[in-house]
Amino acid sequence: MLLKLGGHCSFQDFSEESCHGPGSDEMVQEENEFTNRPDNTAFTQQRLPAWQPILSAGIVIPGFVLIGLAFIGVGVALFVTSRSIQVLERDYTGDESGTPCASCANSNVQNSFGFCFPQSQGPVFFYYGLSNYFQNYRRYGTSKDDNQLYGVLKYFTSPSDNCAPYAYNSNNQPIVPCGSIANSMFNDTFKLYQTVNGTRQEVSLDGKGIAWWTDYNIKYRNPTNNPLKDAFNGSNSGLFYRNFLINPIYWSKPAYELDTSDPSNNGFVNQDFLVWMRRAALPDFRKLYRRISQDKYPDGLPAGNYSLEITYNYRVYRFSGKKKVVFSNVSWMGGKNEFLGIAYLVVGSMCVFMSIVMLIVYAKFKFPDEE
Amino acid sequence: PCPANEVFIPPKFCDNRIVSSKYTVWNFLPKNLFEQFRRIANFYFLIIFLVQVIVDTPTSPVTSGLPLFFVITVTAIKQGYEDWLRHKADNEVNKYRVTVLEDGRRIRKESEKIKVGDVLEVEENETFPCDLILLQSSRDDGTCFVTTASLDGESNHKTHYTVPDTESDVESLNATIECEQPQPDLYKFVGRMHIYKNNEEPVLRSLGPENLLLKGATLKNTQRICGVAVYTGMETKMALNYQGKSQKRSVVEKSINAFLLVYLCILVSKALVCTTLKYVWQSKPGQDEPWYNEKTKKEKETNLYLNMFTDFLSFMVLFNFIIPVSMYVTVEMQKFLGSFFISWDKDFFDSEIKEGALVNTSDLNEELGQVEYVFTDKTGTLTQNNMEFIECCIDGHQYKYRDASSEVDGFCVTDGPVNRLQQKAGREREELFLRALCLCHTVQVKESTEQEVVPPPEEQRGFIASSPDEIALVKGAMRYGFTFLGLESKTMKLLNRNNDVEIYDLLHVLNFDPVRRRMSVIVRSKSGDTLLFCKGADSSIFPRVRQEEVERIRMHVERNAKEGYRTLCVAYKYLSEEEYVQVDSGLREARLALQDREQKLMAVYNQVETGMNLIGATAVEDRLQEEAAATMEALQGAGMKIWVLTGDKMETAKSTCYACRLFQRNTELLELTVRTLEFIGKRREDQLHDLLLEYHKKTNLSSLYCRSWSTQDYGFIVDGATLSMVLNSSSENNTNNYKNLFLQICQNCTTVLCCRMAPLQKAQIVKMVKNSKGSPITLSVGDGANDVSMILEAHVGIGIKGKEGRQAVRNSDYAIPKLKHLKKLLLAHGHLYYVRIAHLVQYFFYKNLCFILPQFLYQFFCGYSQQPLYDAAYLTMYNICFTSMPILAYSLLEQHISIEILLDNATLYREIGKNAMLRWGPFLYWTLLGVFHGLVFFFGVWFLFSNPALQDNGQVFGNWSYGTIVFTILVFTVTLKLALDTRHWTWINHFVIWGSLAFYVFFSFFWGGVIWPFMSQQRLYFVFANMLSSVSAWLVIIMLILLSLLPEILYVVLHKPRAPHARQSSTGGLQSPRSSARPLLMRTFSDESNTVI
Repeated sequence: MLLKLGGHCSFQDFSEESCHGPGSDEMVQEENEFTNRPDNTAFTQQRLPAWQPILSAGIVIPGFVLIGLAFIGVGVALFVTSRSIQVLERDYTGDESGTPCASCANSNVQNSFGFCFPQSQGPVFFYYGLSNYFQNYRRYGTSKDDNQLYGVLKYFTSPSDNCAPYAYNSNNQPIVPCGSIANSMFNDTFKLYQTVNGTRQEVSLDGKGIAWWTDYNIKYRNPTNNPLKDAFNGSNSGLFYRNFLINPIYWSKPAYELDTSDPSNNGFVNQDFLVWMRRAALPDFRKLYRRISQDKYPDGLPAGNYSLEITYNYRVYRFSGKKKVVFSNVSWMGGKNEFLGIAYLVVGSMCVFMSIVMLIVYAKFKFPDEE
Repeated sequence: PCPANEVFIPPKFCDNRIVSSKYTVWNFLPKNLFEQFRRIANFYFLIIFLVQVIVDTPTSPVTSGLPLFFVITVTAIKQGYEDWLRHKADNEVNKYRVTVLEDGRRIRKESEKIKVGDVLEVEENETFPCDLILLQSSRDDGTCFVTTASLDGESNHKTHYTVPDTESDVESLNATIECEQPQPDLYKFVGRMHIYKNNEEPVLRSLGPENLLLKGATLKNTQRICGVAVYTGMETKMALNYQGKSQKRSVVEKSINAFLLVYLCILVSKALVCTTLKYVWQSKPGQDEPWYNEKTKKEKETNLYLNMFTDFLSFMVLFNFIIPVSMYVTVEMQKFLGSFFISWDKDFFDSEIKEGALVNTSDLNEELGQVEYVFTDKTGTLTQNNMEFIECCIDGHQYKYRDASSEVDGFCVTDGPVNRLQQKAGREREELFLRALCLCHTVQVKESTEQEVVPPPEEQRGFIASSPDEIALVKGAMRYGFTFLGLESKTMKLLNRNNDVEIYDLLHVLNFDPVRRRMSVIVRSKSGDTLLFCKGADSSIFPRVRQEEVERIRMHVERNAKEGYRTLCVAYKYLSEEEYVQVDSGLREARLALQDREQKLMAVYNQVETGMNLIGATAVEDRLQEEAAATMEALQGAGMKIWVLTGDKMETAKSTCYACRLFQRNTELLELTVRTLEFIGKRREDQLHDLLLEYHKKTNLSSLYCRSWSTQDYGFIVDGATLSMVLNSSSENNTNNYKNLFLQICQNCTTVLCCRMAPLQKAQIVKMVKNSKGSPITLSVGDGANDVSMILEAHVGIGIKGKEGRQAVRNSDYAIPKLKHLKKLLLAHGHLYYVRIAHLVQYFFYKNLCFILPQFLYQFFCGYSQQPLYDAAYLTMYNICFTSMPILAYSLLEQHISIEILLDNATLYREIGKNAMLRWGPFLYWTLLGVFHGLVFFFGVWFLFSNPALQDNGQVFGNWSYGTIVFTILVFTVTLKLALDTRHWTWINHFVIWGSLAFYVFFSFFWGGVIWPFMSQQRLYFVFANMLSSVSAWLVIIMLILLSLLPEILYVVLHKPRAPHARQSSTGGLQSPRSSARPLLMRTFSDESNTVI
C-alpha cells in the first residue's frame, strides 16, 4: 500500500513538472491561483493561537483554598470591625407606650428623652431613620426639576411638569423648589445635651459634610442673585415674574432661610436638603443628620447620660411609618453591617470546604484524565 | 434589416431592462421599514416603543427606541448595501453597448433600449443582451457556438443553428415570429417563423431551442452573428430563472421562537403579578396616597380600570428587556460573519478547479451540526464522474484494452471469467461496433485556436461534450483505431484503422433524455446505406433488439455492472429508403408542431428505435471520489444514516456502496426490488407486503436486542419502481401502512440504497424522511441537475462543484469542490457552529433574565411603582455595548474541542445530535442559573443596604447607588460567566472580554462625571465614583460575583471536558462497529478493485 502511494506521488510530481510550460506560464497560473485561494492566515483558518485554560484539580483546589482563606480573613476583619462599631438606636415615633418618646406624637412641641451612651471608639454620627416610607416611589422620585435645582432661573417660574402636583399651588404660583421630594423634606430638628453633674450641656453638632461633596458643590447650585432671597421670593429686580414664587407647601420657612447660622448653607445647597434629595433605596432607611463635631469631641462622645430634644414636626403615623434616631460611629467599612462579614465567612468556608471535598474525591477516584 | 410588420408586433413588450434590485432611492425607506416590521420581534419592540411614547412609563422611550433604531438601521444598511450591489450589477447589464441593425446601419445602443423585434449583431466572446433567434452566422454552416456557463454552469460549447432560409438574405428578410409565452425552462422553446418573400406563399419554419440564443450566454468560436430579439428584459429566460429560493429555517430558529414564547409568558406573568400586588397593596389604608406623595389631579380623575391597564403596560415596558432586541442582530451577525469561515477555509480549496467552498446562505450554518440523514447522489458525488473506457464486449466476446504499445493493434482479447472461448468476433462486427461508438454521440472536436498557450495534454485534447461518458467512449474508440475527426456541416468524418477518412452524412440526432435513457443517430454512409445507431442503458435497449442476441451480452453487462462500471449497450439498424423517408417526415412534422412537440417527438423516436440489432456493450469506469470511503465512514461514525439515491443500475450502485464501505462484508442486504418481488405464484402486492413485514421484523429485532458491539448491520436496497409501489399503493390504508413499515426498516438500517430513481423520486424520499417521526434533519449532496430537487427539498443542500454543470451548486445552500470536504464541513464546522449558536442563544436569554429579575424584585420594595432599578443609560447599553461583544466573539471563535480532534473522533458529533444543547433541559438549567444569579445580585445588595451608610465618612447611599452596585455585579458576573465557558481564548476574546469590562467602568465614570445639558435628570451624577470610594461596595461586588460563579466553577471542574480518548471509551456502547482503523484484511475484494490508488 505504502509503496504504491509513493509511486503515485512521484509520478504526479513528474507529470506536473512536465506539464508546466515555461516559467512565465507558471507565474500566470500561480497568480491566478492566488486570487482564488483563500487567505492562509491564522484568523481565516480558525487557527489563531489560543490559550485553552483547563480548570484541573491541580489548579482549582489550591486556588479554592487560597480564595477561601482570603475570604475568611476578610470576613473575620469585617466581622470584628462590625462588632466593634457602637450603635444606639431609639424609636421616637411616639405612638406606642413604652417607647422612649411615648407621647411625642401628641404634642408637637419640643420633646426630649434621655439615654446613656458608653464611651465611643471614634467620631459619632447622628442619623435619623424612617420606615415604611417610600422614597423610592417612582412618581415621587421623578417629582423634582434638576434644572431648577441647578439654579437656572428660567425654571423657577416654569418648573418642569414632573413636579406635579407640587409645581404650582392653587393660585397657580410656581413653587420653588418644586416637587414632592422637596415638599416632603424631613423637618424634625434635634438638640443633644449631655448631662454632666445635673446640668445640661449642649453637644455641638456639625452639619457640614453630611451630603455628597459633588451634590453640594456641583450638582445643586443656587442662582447667582445676591442676596439669595431675591431669587426665591420673587422680588427680583432683574427678572419679570408673572407670579410670585412661593415655598413648598409643607415648608415652614423659605429655602433661603433653611440655615440661619450659615448663609452659605441655604437655598438648594443646604446640606439637610441635599441629604433628603438623595432618595433612599429601600422603604426602611436612615439618613445622616449631623456629626458630633470633632473639634470638641475628637475621640467621640464620652460616656455619660444624654438627653435628646426633639422638635416633632414630621408626621408618619398616618402611613404607619416609624421614626428613629441612630447614633453610631463608623469604620473603614462604613456603618455597622454584620451581613458582609458573615457572608464573607460563609463563602470563604464554602470554598475551603469544597476544596476539601474535591481533594477527597481526587485522592480517592482520581480524575479520569489525570493519568 | 427587417422591416417590422406593425400588425404583428403588439405594443406591450417590456423593455430590455433587467431589474433585480428591490428598492429605489425613493421607496427604500418605507418599503424597507415595512418589511422589517413584518418580523414579529421587530413589531413587538415597535409596540413597546409606542407604549412608552404614549403612556407615562418608568423608562423613557429612548431605552427601547435606541436599540430598535440600531437594529433597524443595521439591517437597513445591510439590505441597502446588497441592493446597491444589485443596482450596480443591473446597470452594468443595462448600460452595456450593443450593436443594433437599423435601416441598414449599425447603431450603438444601450442594452436597455433593445425592443422586441430589433436585429442585433453580436461579436465573439460577447454575451447576448436578450433572448435572440439566430438569423445569420459568420460560420459557413449556419451554426454558432455558445457557452452557457453563467446560466447553468455547463462550460461546454453548445451548437445553435440558424433558421433555415434566413441565413443568406438577412438584409431583405421579411418575416414574423410567433412564439410561446415566456417560460423559465432553459431548454424548451417553441415557435415558428413566417417568412414572406415577394408575393410568394409565406414559408413556415419551426423554431426550437436550437435556434434560441439565451441572454447571459456567450458567443464562442464564431466571429459574429445576427439575431432578432424575441424575449427582452424581465421576460428573458435568465431573468425568469432568477427567482428567489424558498427560505429554509433552521431548528435553532425554531428553538429560539419556543424560548421566546416562554419568556413572553414570564414577562406577562411578571407584569400581571406586579399589577395585582400593586392594587392589593394600595388597598391598605395610608399606602395608596401618603401625604408626602400625593397624586396629581389627572391621576385622581382617571378610571380605576384604565389605571390598572396603564400600570400593566408600564410593567411590561419595565420588564421588556427580558426579551432581547439585540439577540436577533447578534444571531444574524454571527451567522453572516461565521459563514465566512467556511469560504475562507483553505482545506476546502481545490487546486484542480481553483475554487474553494461557496456559501449561498448563512442561515443554516448550525444545521450542519445536526444532520441525521445524508442523501447522496452516486455519479459525480461518490464517484468522480471522470470516465475511463475499461472494456467492451462485441457479440459476447470480451475485449479489454491493456496497453497500446504491447499489442499489435491495441486490441486484445482477455479470458474473462465468463467467456472461456478465446475467440474474437468477426472483424466486420468489430468495426461496426467501433463506428457506432464514433458516430453515435454529440461530441464536438474543439477547434484549436491561436490563443491557447498551454496545449492540452494528449489525452484531453479536443473533445467537448455534455456528458463525460461520451468522451470516454469516443476516446475508447480512438484507442482501438477509430478516430472521430469532427462534424462539419452535417457530415461526420472519422479515421478508420487503415488511416482512411470515412465520411457520413448526419441526418438526424435523436437526443438523449433521461426518460428514454438512450440516444440515436441516423447517418448515411458514402455507399448510400442509411444506418441508425443507438446506445443506451441496457434496460432501455434490450426490449428493442432481437431477443436472441440479448443473452450473450446480458452476462457481460451484469458482470460489468457488478464491478462498478457504467455500462451502455450499442445497437444498430439498417433503414431502407422507404423507412427513412417515413421517419424523416415524421421527425420534421413533430419538430414543427407548436403544441406537445416533446410528446410527438418521443413517439417518433420510440417508433424508430425498434427491431435493432445488438452489437455489444461498453463498460466505463467511474472512479470513486478521493477519500469517499473515509468520508462515508466518518459520517456513519458520526451517527448519520447514509442513503444513496441514484438513477444508476442496482448492481453498479451496489458495488459503489461496497467500495465506499457503506456496505460491509458482514452487512446483510435486504432487497426490495422488482427482482425480489417477482415471486412465483404471488401477486406483487402481496409479495411486497410479505417482504416488508419480514424485513421489519428482522431489523426491529436487531435494534431491540443487539445494542452491543456486534450489532448485525443491515443494508437496504430499493429501486424506483418498487418505491413508487410503496408510496402509491392501491388503497389509501395500505399506503400509510407500507410507508410506515418502509420508514421503520430504513431507520434500522445503516445504509439505504435507492437505485433507478427519477429526480423527483429523490425529492420524494427526502420529503418522506424529513416528515417522519421526530422530523430528523436531512442533508442532500449532489452535483448534477438531477439532484437539484433533492437539494432543494432537504434541510441542508450541498452542491458538489463537479463536472455536470453548476445547477446543483446554484441551488445548494453550500457548495464544496469535493465530497471529501463534507467531512470537515459537518464534523468540524457544523459541530462548532451549532455549539456556538446554541450557547449564544442560551446565554442571551440567561443574561437578560438575570438582568431583569432584580428589577422585578425591586418592585416589592418600592410600592410596585415601576421604579426602575437601573439608570436608563444602563438599561439601554446593557445589551448593546456592555455584554454584546464578548458573546459575539465567543460565537465566532469558540472551539470547545479543537478541529483536529473533531475530525478524528466522529463520535463527538453524536453528542450534539437532536438539538441537544437547545432542548428544554439545558434551557431550564440556564433559566435556573439566571434566576439564581438574579436573586443573588438583588438580595446580596439588599442585605448590604440594611444600613445604607456605606462610606467611611458616614454618608449614605441612595437608590441609584443600589442599582449601580447591582448592575456592576451583573455586568461582571455575566461577562465572567462567559469567560468561564470560553475554552478557546484567542487574543480577540481577551480583548473583547476585558475590553467590555473596561469599557463599562470607563463609561460609568464618564456618564456619571458630567452634568449632561440635555438630560432633565442627572440621576447618576458621581454615583459610580462614589460607589468605588466605598470599601463595602467593593467587597460586596467581589463577594457576590464569586458566589454567583461558584456553582459554575464547581460544575466546570467536576464536569470538565475530558480528553477525547476518554470520551470515546465512555461512549463506546453507542459507537458504531466500524472504527476508523479497520484492519486492511477486512476489506472486501470489491473495494480493493475499485478504490483509487
